[in-house]
Amino acid sequence: MHRGKGMKFVGDSRIRENDDKFIPKDYSEYPGKTEPFWPNFLLKEWLVGAVFLVGFLCLTIAAPAPLEKEADPSTAGYIPLPDWYFLFLYQFLKYDFASGNYVVFGTVIIPGLAFGALLLAPFLDTGKERRPFKRPIATSLMLIGIAATFWLTYEAASHVNWEERAEKGKIVEEVEIDQEDPGYQVYSQQSCINCHGGNLEGGAGPALVGTGLSVDEIKDIAVNGIEGDPGMPAGSFQGTDEELQQLAEFISGLGGEGH
Amino acid sequence: MIRKIYDWIDERVDITPIWRDIADHEVPEHVNPAHHFSAFVYCFGGLTFFVTVIQILSGMFLTMYYVPDIENAWNSVFYLQQEVAHGQIVRGMHHWGASVVIVMLFLHTLRVFFQGAYKKPRELNWVVGVLIFFVMLGLGLTGYLLPWDNKAYFATQVTIDIAESVPYIGDYLKTLLAGDPEIVGAQTLTRFFAIHVFFLPAALFGLLAAHFIMIRRQGISGPL
Repeated sequence: MHRGKGMKFVGDSRIRENDDKFIPKDYSEYPGKTEPFWPNFLLKEWLVGAVFLVGFLCLTIAAPAPLEKEADPSTAGYIPLPDWYFLFLYQFLKYDFASGNYVVFGTVIIPGLAFGALLLAPFLDTGKERRPFKRPIATSLMLIGIAATFWLTYEAASHVNWEERAEKGKIVEEVEIDQEDPGYQVYSQQSCINCHGGNLEGGAGPALVGTGLSVDEIKDIAVNGIEGDPGMPAGSFQGTDEELQQLAEFISGLGGEGH
Repeated sequence: MIRKIYDWIDERVDITPIWRDIADHEVPEHVNPAHHFSAFVYCFGGLTFFVTVIQILSGMFLTMYYVPDIENAWNSVFYLQQEVAHGQIVRGMHHWGASVVIVMLFLHTLRVFFQGAYKKPRELNWVVGVLIFFVMLGLGLTGYLLPWDNKAYFATQVTIDIAESVPYIGDYLKTLLAGDPEIVGAQTLTRFFAIHVFFLPAALFGLLAAHFIMIRRQGISGPL
């Protein structure tokens, strides 16, 4: 800060009067075609930003943000899954050497070392050289880190049955379930209720509200099951033909348009 | 007229140095994609900030409808998605922005790392940058719970189990996050909301200010 006699200030503030404004800039550090940030460069940045924003908005319109059904701690067999950028950690914690008795290894030690090294990189890699090929240790450690992160993320994502998750997470419209209906009696006496829930809201199996299936299709599934993962075993239904008819009519009549 | 207003303000608060720091400087050739197309890698940092601004603005609008309470949280998000004009787009921007900001941060970090731009004198700015990365991950983590759907609930339970596994302080950490030593519920939601909307953004603003002030002080690192 300049001090001394003869300096004039604005009022009783510390701001100097008649400060020299817009003195020529000294930018000799990088010779070449420099460009003023304002407004020349900012205008180009603005264009890049506008193109980026258009692309981003197209993404949000093409793929609406997902919302699963409301949290219900009693949901059976829900497999938790983090956002994609935590999948590598999620996958890492599945391995034997990073779970169970060694969970501290997976949750604290390895991530702590990796992220700690990232945080302190300038103090670990202290050489003057900046080119990546001239500092092979730093470069190769980073490449290994990136490869491990990508691989773990891929491993985690490839073991997820996305279609089944989407099916399970679907928001089910609330339907009044008539528990006196003979069909519901059959539903609760047979094993259906164990997987499809007391209100047919789904559980281990999908929700049965608004399936859009016909009576005959439901009959077929109840008796013969569905192939796939997890699918439904054949022979789940153990009752009479009359009960089967009541069950199928009951489920077929739930939800969908006009109900 | 504007010139007069500017001069009037400048005489009293001396804004010219501030203006010079923010905007009135030269952009060197080696970072300008107009001269070398490969310099587009220098855009990642700016785009990260751009998406951060989108996140702040869309988040501000989301809080106009969101209710941090287990009875209403999910319903308020559902209402926002289904009934509010453009609600789906605003929530979509916030949801996808969370992913895009991580991608951009990742690219920006790699650019700085492989160019060795964190070397003297820019060590502190790298540390601040990595802290910003951590804060962003924390924002992603806490934001995940807020819609209070099944995905959010069960993922948060896992997060809290991970916090619990930390030796010595695990139990305290769990209680601090969940609001209760046992239950993941109403308290957890309000805590995550507070962390997501007040604590972490405050940390983020401080770190961003430090990041930008240091960039202005030190300038962009020279060409390789």
